[in-house]
Amino acid sequence: MDQTAKRPPAIGERLVHKTFPAISRHTLALYCGASGDHNPMHVDIDFAKKAGFPDVFTHGMLVMAYLGQALTDAVDPASIRSFSTRFAAITQLGARLTCEGHITEWLDHQGERRAKLALTTKDENGEIKLAGEAIVAL
Amino acid sequence: MVDQSAVGRSFTPVTASVEPGRLRYFFNTLGECNPVYRDAAVARSNGYSAVPAPPTYLFCLEMMDSDKPFEFLTELKIDLARVLHGEQSFSYHAPVVVGDTLTFKPRVTSVTDKKGGAMTLIVVETAVSNQDGIHVADVSRTIVVRN
Repeated sequence: MDQTAKRPPAIGERLVHKTFPAISRHTLALYCGASGDHNPMHVDIDFAKKAGFPDVFTHGMLVMAYLGQALTDAVDPASIRSFSTRFAAITQLGARLTCEGHITEWLDHQGERRAKLALTTKDENGEIKLAGEAIVAL
Repeated sequence: MVDQSAVGRSFTPVTASVEPGRLRYFFNTLGECNPVYRDAAVARSNGYSAVPAPPTYLFCLEMMDSDKPFEFLTELKIDLARVLHGEQSFSYHAPVVVGDTLTFKPRVTSVTDKKGGAMTLIVVETAVSNQDGIHVADVSRTIVVRN
């Protein structure tokens, strides 16, 4: 194989980039069913208000699923060795999310070349909702 | 309030199947169009034996097929209304595809008080194995309890 044909992406390169439509109550209801996460906090405004929140808010794992989708648009799902996030802020209804991932480091694991990606999900105001990383074999 | 005595506690193992219809519903909800997920022939031509599970789906499967999806909260006497998701991580060791039957074994691995006890961070780690006994993944969630 011609090793020069496909050069590895450079450190700092943005490998992952995807934007998503505004999150609606309908999205949250569908995700509640589709994910098996029936926590009423995300679909029942009465429950959310009683818990001290002004409204229902997005499942962190829905936001992480979008980030995962952005990631597997860029790399083969089977190449992902690890994927982790911190939920930095609550994602409100109506948020339009942008997911990004930049290469921060190349690693060698028993002869397998791996890239470490720094991942973020931000809303339309640039506020970070998720910050995380993935290790992928590239 | 949850204390160190919770560390090491394990909960009822969950067995869950990666079913094509449920997975399709998940993809539809997320507007997923990637052909490797939407077309079994494309998945096979990419080396998978069937459509692969997307990166976060293990978290979903464990809840979907559990008789008591919030068992660790009730067992630790935590009110669901006081819980936020702090962190989540997945380590993947082998592919998971449609048709697989997975077993999830969750246990508490740490309890940490924050802000002078105003919050407690609880880490639950779950080992996931498939129908052939292969350890396919480790899943870790950190929940934040507002005390």
